[in-house]
Amino acid sequence: MPRRTDIKTIFVIGSGPIVIGQACEFDYAGTQAVKALRADGFRIVLLNSNPATIMTDPEFADATYIEPITPEVAEAIIAKERPDALLPTLGGQTALNLALALHENGALARHGVKLIGASVEAIHKAESREAFKEAMTRIGLDVPKSRTVRNLSEARAALDEVGVPAIIRPSFTLGGSGGSIAYTREEYEGRVEWALRQSPRGEALIEESVLGWKEYELEVMRDGAGNGVIICSIENLDPMGVHTGDSITVAPAQTLTDKEYQVMRDAALAVLREIGVDTGGSNIQFAVHPETGRMIVIEMNPRVSRSSALASKATGFPIAKIAALVAVGYRLDEIPNDITRVTPASFEPSIDYVVTKIPRFAFEKFPGGDATLGVQMKSVGEAMGIGSTFVESLRKAVRSLETGRTQLTGDTTPRDVVMARVGKPHAGRLFDVARALELGVDIEELYAATKIDRWFLRQLRDAVEEEGKEKCNHRDTEKQRSEGEEKSDRKKDLGAEADVAFRRVDTCAAEFEAQTPYLYSTRARGAVCEARPTDRKKVVILGGGPNRIGQGIEFDYCCVQAVFGFRDIGYETIMVNCNPETVSTDYDVSDRLYFEPLTEPDVLAIVRREKPEGVVVQLGGQTPLKLAVPLERAGVRILGTSPDAIDRAEDRERFAALITSLGLMQPESGIARTVDEAASVAARLGFPLLLRPSYVLGGRAMQVVYDTDAFRAAIREAFEASRGHPVLVDRFLNDATEVDVDALADGDSVVLAGVLEHIEEAGVHSGDSAMVLPPFSLTPEVLTAIERATVSLGRALGVRGLMNIQFAVKDNVVYVLEVNPRASRTVPFVSKATGLPIARIAAKLMVGTTLAELEIRHVPRPRYTFVKESVFPFSKFPGTDTVLGPEMKSTGEVMGVDSDVHQAFGKAQAAAGNAIPAHGTFFISVKADDKAAACDLALRLHYLGFTLIATDGTCAAIRGAGVPCQRVNKVADGSPHVVDRIRAGWIQGVINTTIGRQSLIDSHSIRQTTVAHGVPYFTTIAAARAAVGAIEGTREKRLVVRALQEIHREQASH
Amino acid sequence: MRRDAAPKQAFLALADGTVFEGRAFGACGATVGEVCFNTAMTGYQEVLTDPSYRAQIVVMTASHIGNTGANPDDMESTRPHLAGFVARDFCREPSNWRARESLASFLERHGVVAIDGIDTRVLVRRLRDEGAIEGCILSGPDADPREAVARAKASPGLVGRDLVREVTGAAALWKSSNAAADGTMTEHAARRHRVVAFDFGAKWNILRRLERVGCDVTVVRAEATARDVLQLKPDGVFLSNGPGDPAALTHAIDATRAILESGVPTFGICLGHQIMALALGGRTFKLKFGHRGANHPVLNLETNVVEITSQNHGFAVDPDSITGRARVTHVSLNDRCCEGLAQNDRPAFAVQYHPEASPGPHDAHVYFERFVALMRR
Repeated sequence: MPRRTDIKTIFVIGSGPIVIGQACEFDYAGTQAVKALRADGFRIVLLNSNPATIMTDPEFADATYIEPITPEVAEAIIAKERPDALLPTLGGQTALNLALALHENGALARHGVKLIGASVEAIHKAESREAFKEAMTRIGLDVPKSRTVRNLSEARAALDEVGVPAIIRPSFTLGGSGGSIAYTREEYEGRVEWALRQSPRGEALIEESVLGWKEYELEVMRDGAGNGVIICSIENLDPMGVHTGDSITVAPAQTLTDKEYQVMRDAALAVLREIGVDTGGSNIQFAVHPETGRMIVIEMNPRVSRSSALASKATGFPIAKIAALVAVGYRLDEIPNDITRVTPASFEPSIDYVVTKIPRFAFEKFPGGDATLGVQMKSVGEAMGIGSTFVESLRKAVRSLETGRTQLTGDTTPRDVVMARVGKPHAGRLFDVARALELGVDIEELYAATKIDRWFLRQLRDAVEEEGKEKCNHRDTEKQRSEGEEKSDRKKDLGAEADVAFRRVDTCAAEFEAQTPYLYSTRARGAVCEARPTDRKKVVILGGGPNRIGQGIEFDYCCVQAVFGFRDIGYETIMVNCNPETVSTDYDVSDRLYFEPLTEPDVLAIVRREKPEGVVVQLGGQTPLKLAVPLERAGVRILGTSPDAIDRAEDRERFAALITSLGLMQPESGIARTVDEAASVAARLGFPLLLRPSYVLGGRAMQVVYDTDAFRAAIREAFEASRGHPVLVDRFLNDATEVDVDALADGDSVVLAGVLEHIEEAGVHSGDSAMVLPPFSLTPEVLTAIERATVSLGRALGVRGLMNIQFAVKDNVVYVLEVNPRASRTVPFVSKATGLPIARIAAKLMVGTTLAELEIRHVPRPRYTFVKESVFPFSKFPGTDTVLGPEMKSTGEVMGVDSDVHQAFGKAQAAAGNAIPAHGTFFISVKADDKAAACDLALRLHYLGFTLIATDGTCAAIRGAGVPCQRVNKVADGSPHVVDRIRAGWIQGVINTTIGRQSLIDSHSIRQTTVAHGVPYFTTIAAARAAVGAIEGTREKRLVVRALQEIHREQASH
Repeated sequence: MRRDAAPKQAFLALADGTVFEGRAFGACGATVGEVCFNTAMTGYQEVLTDPSYRAQIVVMTASHIGNTGANPDDMESTRPHLAGFVARDFCREPSNWRARESLASFLERHGVVAIDGIDTRVLVRRLRDEGAIEGCILSGPDADPREAVARAKASPGLVGRDLVREVTGAAALWKSSNAAADGTMTEHAARRHRVVAFDFGAKWNILRRLERVGCDVTVVRAEATARDVLQLKPDGVFLSNGPGDPAALTHAIDATRAILESGVPTFGICLGHQIMALALGGRTFKLKFGHRGANHPVLNLETNVVEITSQNHGFAVDPDSITGRARVTHVSLNDRCCEGLAQNDRPAFAVQYHPEASPGPHDAHVYFERFVALMRR
């Protein structure tokens, strides 16, 4: 069956910002699919609100819209671009939901757009729990007992049927959002209420518990001719009860016989047929009773998913690409297997290694959030290890996690503590189990406590023993070394012969020769290595490792762009990374991909084999940056800015000297190594102060303190996070405007690529702040001062490549807060806004090309306004506070573009899921300093027709300004209070600023309820001001959508 | 279950002198055979007990083998038939609710010499690039790698050898009660069909599948003549899988030729497919390293449907030799190898792969029904 001839233009929907449950795996899938479709001659129109993605680079689609993913925007794009088909299976739940909305509001029919890849019926059957259950029963498959409920009385009836523990799953949410387990009747009703609110349809499924059952997933692919194949089987180490995104998962499945596996395979194919997935990939989850073997179907996703990204990386089978090709009519046997090139895609990969994925959590960022794992996903990223055996793959995955530990063992927790903890799934359970095994706890006892399959427990025991032996051997060699040669020459290490061999991921267990350069290492005697390095000019690029808050897709974007840059100038590129979600770990991005942990020994093994001209560490965030010095010491050439310059910017004392020597300004500061030292610095500087530990990611444990009490509480935490490094105590610039600059430098010339003005004042982490490009309130004098400072810092540090500087502007004085001679989080945003691929350019600068040679002298001020807004995971962590501070909490970002800042801000808010209301009631409660500003906003909102309500103090202030305002009780005043009002749906917007610990605590429940009910909220006056500006600015204005390609064309001709 | 103390040393030697050092597993001793590899990730017990692996040392490519132990329901014959068994890592203690014993105890009980702890990927790449080769596993406290090489060099190989003689007869021991392992049966049994099955080393799951689609199966030994078979007045004749070189089986080829002439519906699998081809005047040849696994795509040329199939063959039918009275009906999408044929003027067909699966996907079960349909006509 040849490709469809009735389709020329395809509309592809991305998944939007990175959130928990929907991360860069959809950039990977989307990029791969869009590449394949374009290569096949289709015109691609793309909608994705996330500027940090590779897929939204203008060269990947014919028309790229970085606009809010809403039905209105999508229809405006459809009306403009006239696509023949909509492909909704690449953008996760977001894209499926949008496709359903466009079907239901008639937009698809109105514009004659066909849905490809998944039909409305199939999406509905797979996503509606009730319809899914019926379908499964129809084909004779077992499902857990369950009932769909829409209110509490239905929920009570359902509980009588399924009993406790009961699983509560809201319909139509992603990452299991709002889902939970009720162990007792008491906690049941509260959890059902929460779930009903989380579901866009106000519907939830109450389900029989299969806690402790074995959990499996199959990744299935089907073409229009009905040919179906299983790409990968995945077995979860964590039994049922933990969301699969939060589970340690292993491929291939390890504890099923062929008989059992084939029953599952038949079931998976039957599910696809019954649900009506005619073309494309799906993921089907099964639970198997460990004692009886009873198998039940849990759920299926009729689209590419996090698991399909994992399965692609685990097997080498490019699921998204093949799904896209079968969606446009190809048969599986008409598509070649890229890896063997001689066999077709209609086969089932066989693998001769084991793959283990471990999730990465960020609970330390959300104190107050529940760290127990359950049916709602909470992890922010993942690392994958490939090894010849399970133990090898697991240990590589542990090294890849980068949580500060490289071993399973090393804890000293006593037995009773460990055993008390292992029964409940939590982020560190793997290490607790390892500790228990180290302490000699019996497999059966651990099995009873954890229900982790005995096979895995025994393997873990082997891993623990292996680590024990290695430690012994290591001690022996150390001893020999100290007795023998005193000084060991580190440079000699580089030439050392190691017992490491590289193997190819080949989809076929070596049955055919692999053509695709996708490699993993294994320890092997007699090391037969399959790396086949070339002797071309080449560079190694170190990726960012697992996503976490503060280090995510932005850095993967930079690494991938660097590949393109190096390729442009004739370099071969070698990528090293261990994050299976990313574009950088797609095997056809770089010339060779090493799927390996980003640690010194792992990277050195690759460098020894490949002998590159140098290694790039500045693009993948902190992870590779930390390797700069050790790698250089081992004799590896670090490309671009020198590690010494990086250290000069990072080391506070050296940095202060640099600033002084250049005649620049820095907020007054001091360095403290002890709590006493910190106290004396505090006394010298006076409050408010900003405390920051050094060498931490995403502002970990950074805090602004306004008085001695707060200082005492915060300083200990800062020293803890600093892990032996000093803590920096800065005078905090109250109400200063923060500015981010991304610049390019070639060691001599410096060009400012983007100047971004923050909306939130200084004190909110730059990764959490909304930013505007170009700046909207800075004077020309300030901008000139910023430019001068950037140029002199770039020259002084000898930056080659990218640099990012954070400035604070107060009373028209420019202060330098931080200089990072490396890629920053804002690089993709700046690239999208200006049309200048700055990471790609930086790659060329790193190896000596000059800005003059590239004809880059000046980047003009963009004609449009671009707003970057952050997206937060607060709804996943009920109980945590939403107030922003110096510690970064956002997981992702969106971009809004329009002709002025108000409209762009409005779009950015809509894209971030915080759409600013056009009418209704605003609740205002602000700290004393903000009262005057709040009155101004209240007046403007009043003119815009909003009703205002406020608590005592704010209400009096607003009334005092002559604006009508209703008074509402604080929670402490008793019902009916403001939280009741939010719950009842009376309030459409919240402005809430606080100061000090007590007011934070008092107002916590307001912000929590706001998040739970999806009410737009603003926790700084600056953001509220921008929101009100957006309401004023977008009134009576027609929605205009603009493709990035048009914007860049216009800006270039401007 | 006790964990092994210090595992004993073992060697796997190839006839070209290559030696892999590993750990002894299962029975201790010496064994020789053709070294081949299987890429199926599940189903090692079925592989072990498949008589077609007679005289072969089978290397499993999956990392961990033995995780699910052994159980009485997953047998394809009375016992293992292969010469030796190799894996990267054999699991000492099984974990599966159906397991009745560990793989170690199963292999020991049946005297199968096995080795693990070797770099199977290096070995498999060698077999892929240089072709199948004779080998020897030698284990025990005094095992000497030089002796292993010598034994490997002396191993007779498969070509021209009639290995069927050594395995025929086991299928007769199959009891239909064993069918339970493959689900309920006899639901199609409104009308029973009398089938005579040649046992060249038949896998029990073939008999289970035949029963399930309504066949009463009489198993005959490989030496049975056409007259022996036709005297039983069968509605259909089945030619089973089996080990070794089909060209050595002149007796079976002659019998098959006569049966095909008689017009009795005939269905062949694997070796049975090769025998049918030879009976129709075709040629067979030895593949470089064969097809063994559970992921082989086969295109049915008549329906244009792709099946993911279970395969185990080291010999193949030359498609150019299938002319005149027969046609090629299935091809491998991996290497265009002939995977099925049908006779044009008689109700006879055969497939090279294993529609009964076990181990492997069930995509091709339909051919048992097709056989029944031929008998119904």
